[in-house]
Amino acid sequence: MMTPRRSALLRGCLASAPFVIVVVPFAVLFGVVATEAGLDLLQVLLFSVSVFAGASQFAALQLMQDQAPVVIILATSLAVNLRMLMYSVAMAPHLGQAPLGTRALMAYFLVDQSFAASQVEFEARPELPLAEKVAFFFGTVIPIAPLWFVSTMVGAMLGQAIPPDYAIDFAVPITFLAITAPMLRSIPHIVAAGVSIVVTLLLAGLPYGTGLLVAAVVAMGSGAMAEVLLERRRNHGR
Amino acid sequence: MAVDPIVYWVTVPILGLGTFLLRFSFLGLLGNRPLPAAMRRALRYTAVGILPGLIAPAVLWPPATGGETDPARLAAACVTLLVGVFARSVIGAILAGGVTLYICLWLF
Repeated sequence: MMTPRRSALLRGCLASAPFVIVVVPFAVLFGVVATEAGLDLLQVLLFSVSVFAGASQFAALQLMQDQAPVVIILATSLAVNLRMLMYSVAMAPHLGQAPLGTRALMAYFLVDQSFAASQVEFEARPELPLAEKVAFFFGTVIPIAPLWFVSTMVGAMLGQAIPPDYAIDFAVPITFLAITAPMLRSIPHIVAAGVSIVVTLLLAGLPYGTGLLVAAVVAMGSGAMAEVLLERRRNHGR
Repeated sequence: MAVDPIVYWVTVPILGLGTFLLRFSFLGLLGNRPLPAAMRRALRYTAVGILPGLIAPAVLWPPATGGETDPARLAAACVTLLVGVFARSVIGAILAGGVTLYICLWLF
């Protein structure tokens, strides 16, 4: 018979295992693109270990290559990661009673995949004891985190082998389009994406990356506003 | 263009720490309290508000072609978007876009 904690850990592993299909190619691609941008193996690995958030890593890398000022790189990349704040809010009722050290460790591992898998489990079984919730959470991390680091390194080594003239410059735009496209599932999301594109292009003359930051704020506001307007209209029609 | 090592060594540690603090915020420090509704609403649109703008100039005016609009890259971008929207698959969209790009580059 397995202890409840061990079985929770195992369930966590199984719940996040399907994400491996997304994590591996994404990390490899980051390794390749970062190496092509002139980073060495150590720099690429440290990037993935310290930031541990794919989309913002690609964003930071792109802006570094565009020679954007550090402040702009940081503001934009951190804005990409603002969704983590929502994850943190959602996990607090379930994991907030764990010891501080454990919470810090869980925070480090709070990525898209561990959040998505844990959120589903904790909503389905809110009565689960704290120890089992913690075990489940760490279970979701096991298939993801080591592979993220290893695949980044594999990508970095691949990148050193690929000659620079293979149109790898376009890997980042394609990746970001691919990440964003499935998110366009509601009118406010489409509005936000459209505003983001139009405003960035209109402000393309502004110094490095500042136009993007303005566009991001306007786009977020437009998305939220579209949501409110739609809701109001729906309530009106009732 | 290659990344300036100084920029790298300044940016990455701060970005790492900042990202950790975002993750740690409520789980570690602020505890069990809800976000204001307006903030929650705006946060829903962070990714979708930033990523398209980040790449829009590179799609229309790729630095690799000296800023000249490139039919191959434009076609690849359209295919990626369409596959992503309709198949809802990130990896499928990346593959479709990549294949389109190389076919077009080879054709033209």
